[in-house]
Amino acid sequence: MLTAEHLGWGLRDRAILQDISLTVQAGEFVGLIGPNGSGKSSLLALLAGLRRPDHGTVRLDGTPLPAIPRRLLAQRLALVEQQAQTQERVTVRHVAGLGRTPHLGAFTPWSPQDTACVDQALAAVDLLDLADRDWSGLSGGERQRAHIARALAQQPELLLLDEPTNHLDIAHQLGLLDLVRQQGLTVVAALHDLNHAALFCDRIAVLHHGRLDAFGPPAEILTPDRLRRVFAVDAVVETDADGLCHIRYRVPRRPPMLAAAQKELARC
Amino acid sequence: MIRLRFSLALLAGGLVLLAALAIGAGVGETAIPPDVVLKAVANRLWVAGYPIDPIDEGVIWSYRLSRTLMAACCGAGLAVSGVVLQSLLRNPLADPYVMGISAGASTGAVAVALLGLGGGVVSMSAGALAGALLAFGFVILLALKAGRSPVMVVLAGVAGSQLFNAITSFVVARSANAEQARGILFWLLGNLSGVRWPDVGLALPVLLVGMALCLWHVRVLDAFLFGSSSAAALGVSVRRVWVTLIGASAVMTAVMVSMVGSIGFVGLVVPHAVRLVAGVSHGRLLPLSALCGAVFLIIADVVSRALITGQVVPIGVVTALVGAPVFALLLIRGRTA
Repeated sequence: MLTAEHLGWGLRDRAILQDISLTVQAGEFVGLIGPNGSGKSSLLALLAGLRRPDHGTVRLDGTPLPAIPRRLLAQRLALVEQQAQTQERVTVRHVAGLGRTPHLGAFTPWSPQDTACVDQALAAVDLLDLADRDWSGLSGGERQRAHIARALAQQPELLLLDEPTNHLDIAHQLGLLDLVRQQGLTVVAALHDLNHAALFCDRIAVLHHGRLDAFGPPAEILTPDRLRRVFAVDAVVETDADGLCHIRYRVPRRPPMLAAAQKELARC
Repeated sequence: MIRLRFSLALLAGGLVLLAALAIGAGVGETAIPPDVVLKAVANRLWVAGYPIDPIDEGVIWSYRLSRTLMAACCGAGLAVSGVVLQSLLRNPLADPYVMGISAGASTGAVAVALLGLGGGVVSMSAGALAGALLAFGFVILLALKAGRSPVMVVLAGVAGSQLFNAITSFVVARSANAEQARGILFWLLGNLSGVRWPDVGLALPVLLVGMALCLWHVRVLDAFLFGSSSAAALGVSVRRVWVTLIGASAVMTAVMVSMVGSIGFVGLVVPHAVRLVAGVSHGRLLPLSALCGAVFLIIADVVSRALITGQVVPIGVVTALVGAPVFALLLIRGRTA
């Protein structure tokens, strides 16, 4: 459905992304993982057509993104950015309603279908009760869910999410990823938590220093060796009866600094 | 429900505007009652033939009505430009005045009037128009180069305004005699006294075209709530909208300012006041801001004529006396929000 061919993109003299090729199948949940600064957000911006790659092409069902008019693209593809903020006094419903923008012309009046669509989106993220709340009074998690409601109100086929679970408590993190999965959309999500990636993704793409390190099912991708090399952590990966991976991180028992301090204390 | 309330507000605003126009045409050194104003207008527009004093009729038609209509055009144009700039630049402090348009217009006008730029062929207004567009282009370029962040936009505006104000002061200090300096000062602070029908004939079409362009884009302006990349993700062609709308508001303000001098704070205060009441939806915000701006400036003009008997206070002084405290309040509110 979404294809990236040899994508390259950089800022001035620094290459952020190099030679990235991947294909996302319809209905798939693809996770994008990688350490901070590995280029996850940049890749999502390229995939969403917000930035033009310096090299390569992104295609949606075979058509290069620049050949698709912006408004038609927004009817098929929605992006939830990290921490998009506003200082205006707006309600949750207003924010979700922005998702109807690509479906409405300059003078198309707002219709009951649009309201129904926004209601549905708000219900999906469990915000219907807060629909008339002021943006400034929302918690970080509620704002994130409002952004996702906005994206759902676009009625896209493809949903791109940049670390959607930031600022959420654990119940809402799992709830939100589950909710996204249940929409039956094609999803590409940059994720921080590797266990979440393992739990929810059909395939995982690993970015390392702006290159695609690997792309495949969680069980193949999340190996102790790769975690050490890409993320610089020691971890044990267990596979349960359902074939799901679980990662347990190992940290040194007692940090050396603390040990030294304790020794010092004992001497006194 | 909301739509009904909005329609009522629009209707009420329209009526208030008509009343303000009648008051604006009636108040002055010789007060003329509203019914005479209406009769004079009817005489001129439909050859109604009401028996009224021809001097009154002349004063109303040739001086006050054109002046009052000009005030309305300016107020509406500046307020609409303020709304557009605040939304697209995502800065509550952005308005045509802060963005250096007025400073540029002053420089242009002064360059023509005192330095003789254009060799006497170019009018002061044309010079002001050129200066305004030049300054605004400078500020926008600077803001884009500096990274488009809301803070940078205002800093660029400050830098541009200071630069062009400095050039204006330099030219005035170097080349003007006392008489000229006084005239320039009056122009700098905003002056509707010289307005005649041909001016209105230019300002009104510019306002209508500019407003039509902005109204065409109300949904798009809404989409800028979370910034330009968010708007792009919602299917907005950001660059095209930027060029169209910022261009439209720059031309609107430049034309207004070139004819009446720099009038500050209208583009800043009116949109914020309307936003507090009508919310952030541009479909409501834009038309209501235009109406309120028009009424505000007509009233400011009336006050400027009535404040001191026998003397006209520059209208920019009146708007600033109202605007500056509101500006300060916004700053304080912005900090707590």
